[in-house]
Amino acid sequence: MDEVKLFGFWASPFSRRVIWALKLKGVNYEYMEEDLPYNKSDLLLQYNPVHKKIPVLVHGGKPIAESLVILEYIDEVWPQNPLLPEDAYERSVARFWAKFIDEKTRTMWEFFQKFGEEQEKAIQNNFEILRTIEEYGLGDKKFFGGDRIGVADLVFGMVIHMFVPMEEVVGVKFIKADTFPRLHAWMKNFSEQPTIKDNVPDHSKVVDFLKIRRELYRTSAHHNN
Amino acid sequence: MADEVILLDLWSSPFAMRVRIALAEKGIEYESKEEDLSNKSSLLLKMNPVHKQIPVLIHKGRPVCESLIIVQYIDEVWRDKSPLLPSHPCDRANARFWADFVDKKIYSTGKLVWATTGEVQEAAKKELIGCFNVLEGELGDKPYFGGDKFGFTDVSLIPFYSWFYAMETCGNFNIIEDCPKLVAWAKRCMERESVSKSLPDQYKIYCFLMGLKKKLDAK
Repeated sequence: MDEVKLFGFWASPFSRRVIWALKLKGVNYEYMEEDLPYNKSDLLLQYNPVHKKIPVLVHGGKPIAESLVILEYIDEVWPQNPLLPEDAYERSVARFWAKFIDEKTRTMWEFFQKFGEEQEKAIQNNFEILRTIEEYGLGDKKFFGGDRIGVADLVFGMVIHMFVPMEEVVGVKFIKADTFPRLHAWMKNFSEQPTIKDNVPDHSKVVDFLKIRRELYRTSAHHNN
Repeated sequence: MADEVILLDLWSSPFAMRVRIALAEKGIEYESKEEDLSNKSSLLLKMNPVHKQIPVLIHKGRPVCESLIIVQYIDEVWRDKSPLLPSHPCDRANARFWADFVDKKIYSTGKLVWATTGEVQEAAKKELIGCFNVLEGELGDKPYFGGDKFGFTDVSLIPFYSWFYAMETCGNFNIIEDCPKLVAWAKRCMERESVSKSLPDQYKIYCFLMGLKKKLDAK
């Protein structure tokens, strides 16, 4: 049985989605917490020389980087509780949404990083993105994966442990029962899944972490004006 | 008719080229519908409402979007001929990682090389050569990124070879000087009919990109 190691950061949704995948499949692994952003371990830099980022999965000594690549790898090596459907067309749809949400993730955080007019724009942009995700991505399904959690759900999962705390720190609420009813229901269904529920970072720890970051952004914005 | 394959296409798009190459590698017959991005067809808007972009592969009436997702779809549906992804999960992950690297770095950096001037262009040239050198490191002495076989990473990168003349002319440099292995790899790929028939002439692309550049400068 080849050893599995995961290099991650406790608050990062990019490593969180890999944790969820491993847990959903019952894969044992050793977790290596990285001290980001300024103190990356030599091992991490050795295993991911190209991007120097977490997450990195190391299986039998071989490193795999980039969270979506890692998720596909995990799904292929440990096929139980599949994250991708069997049908090629359905797989392409799942991959499309995993990619779309992944690419929009950092954009969706801009409302937290910005102030004034720029923040207003970012807030409006988020409403657009969420509308697209709700209407075209989730539709009337329980999960993006259909009846069961799939890869796109794990990627959108950043909403429950990062996005919601950001909303709390800033004082804005996007996904409500009256604004995005289907996404709202999704959040409830997703966060109640036992594997997910048992594997989210502590909410108040995230809020404290984010409050510090918000102040850093505020200072930097002030100096740039 | 039900199995019909349609590609919403654009002759100049490196992303569409990826799909054309994959279809050709598999010997799949298809109808190419050339899109005018300044006047997008209702079919395109219906089939790709999220991005409204090409390429879109329409198979049995259903759309597949995003070039690398389309290439994987093609590889999975027409699995019996010319596999583009390797069979071992480790090798597949490696192929996907490098195709993702190409996606993240080459388009945006390359565009800055032909579309800008001065300091921005100089920085982009440096970055591009850096990225090409990293790719050369991955290629090593293999004929293709996939090893002996032309594969997924090769498909993801080779369309950008059609930009070389434009980048070299605008940037006043010769890519072969800093990246001889990459150019040798590109020429090797061009010997494949699937590639040579899918990539437009480099001068034609240069003229097209210069037209685009004028529009960008005007904005």
